[in-house]
Amino acid sequence: MTTTPLLKVSDISKFYGGRIGCRNVSFELWPGEVLAIVGESGSGKTTLLSCLSTRLMPTSGVVEYHMRDGQYRDLARMGEAERRFLMRTDWGFVHQNPADGLRMTVSAGANVGERLMAVGDRHYGQIRATATDWLRRVEIEEDRIDDQPRAFSGGMRQRLQIARNLVTSPRLVFMDEPTGGLDVSVQARLLDLVRGLVHDLGLSAIIVTHDLAVARLLSHRMMVMKDGVVIEEGLTDRVLDDPREPYTQLLVSSILQV
Amino acid sequence: MPTPLVVSEVAKSFTMHLRDGITLPVVAGVSFSVKKGECVVLGGPSGVGKSSILKMLYGNYAVDAGQILIEHRGRLVDLASAAPRSVLEVRRDTLGYVSQFLRVVPRVSALDVVAEPLLARGVSHPEASEKASDLLAKLNLPRELWQLPPATFSGGEQQRVNIARGFITDHAVLLLDEPTASLDAQNRRVVVEMIAGKKAEGVALLGIFHDEEVRDAVADRILDVSAFSPRKAAA
Repeated sequence: MTTTPLLKVSDISKFYGGRIGCRNVSFELWPGEVLAIVGESGSGKTTLLSCLSTRLMPTSGVVEYHMRDGQYRDLARMGEAERRFLMRTDWGFVHQNPADGLRMTVSAGANVGERLMAVGDRHYGQIRATATDWLRRVEIEEDRIDDQPRAFSGGMRQRLQIARNLVTSPRLVFMDEPTGGLDVSVQARLLDLVRGLVHDLGLSAIIVTHDLAVARLLSHRMMVMKDGVVIEEGLTDRVLDDPREPYTQLLVSSILQV
Repeated sequence: MPTPLVVSEVAKSFTMHLRDGITLPVVAGVSFSVKKGECVVLGGPSGVGKSSILKMLYGNYAVDAGQILIEHRGRLVDLASAAPRSVLEVRRDTLGYVSQFLRVVPRVSALDVVAEPLLARGVSHPEASEKASDLLAKLNLPRELWQLPPATFSGGEQQRVNIARGFITDHAVLLLDEPTASLDAQNRRVVVEMIAGKKAEGVALLGIFHDEEVRDAVADRILDVSAFSPRKAAA
């Protein structure tokens, strides 16, 4: 068993002027662990995700990341260049809207290849071969490699975004409502894909979702947020089968049965 | 005889915040242990807390008080207070569970559903698939179903997939929640044989069986859960 967490979050708060984004959030994320952050719109889950992934600077608190060299680094104290390099190589970020995470006017192959070039790959043939392999893994036909994502359906765009993020073998992936805008059959395919990839690659992931079924399927552990505060956390099965807090009970009892 | 599972003074109640915070007591003072190679059956009428006890043991329900000690890799872990990742580790290597209903994942074939617990422990894909095939064949699941996701299977077929998934590992402790409820007589006999096989291997089993014939065939001891019911005084 690995004995060191990948991410150590201590007392993160973010205020927008007088408004609370999120308050006093602390947790540790372990290698291979998938954490779901759930809550309704405006509960602070996306703010928290942005603070963790350095897209926003927290007002207070510390986020430390276990670098590949074995050292913990305080993300707020890293230089901009170093932080960008980390984001492009060791981390992935899957946006709810694929257009935010893709370059819509360059080819699918180039979208995947760009991340490889960021880590130093220069051999065009190899980059193309790797890109082709990743398109296959996310179930995109090989003959679409030269098409722009503008010409892809929503589900294909989302799968392409996942390929772009995973091609550099990141150790940590942030996902913001990855199945948000997709219809259910496309969702099922994407969930199955993400589930398989997380398992095969041994990824750690932090997934923000308002969909408890997504959380059940993908995550090991869950945090429930309300008004910027984590009100309940624990093993995903436990939180969903035996919710303790009034708000969590309301969330769980509001799921429609099919 | 080594005792891999010891439950002591466990209590559980539900607080229903959506119903003015009323508290429903479920069980209190639950104490028992299961030895290696023994099959203990939880008895008592419906609603007395049998499934709740299994769910607490597996970590799906939180525990209000008491200890659930399980021997995991040569040391004792208290599942009542363990961190989520310890619970997951215990589930992966030591504690198995056959639930009453299969939780189906879209697009994953029956064979892969069964093989998954082995893959999670690092067994190679061909080896895990082979073992999964053996079990599905033993449980008489028609071969043409193996590559299909179990969502459209009948109740009995889903239950057999679930049993195969629970029995595929060599977990030292196995929890069984009515594994034979929707099976025909022939398949019930197969499951009884499989349970006898686990006992012979020294696995500690704890189960709920409403079917008397199955219960008589597998039980070494019946534990009456009504003794732990906090409502028994009122009843």
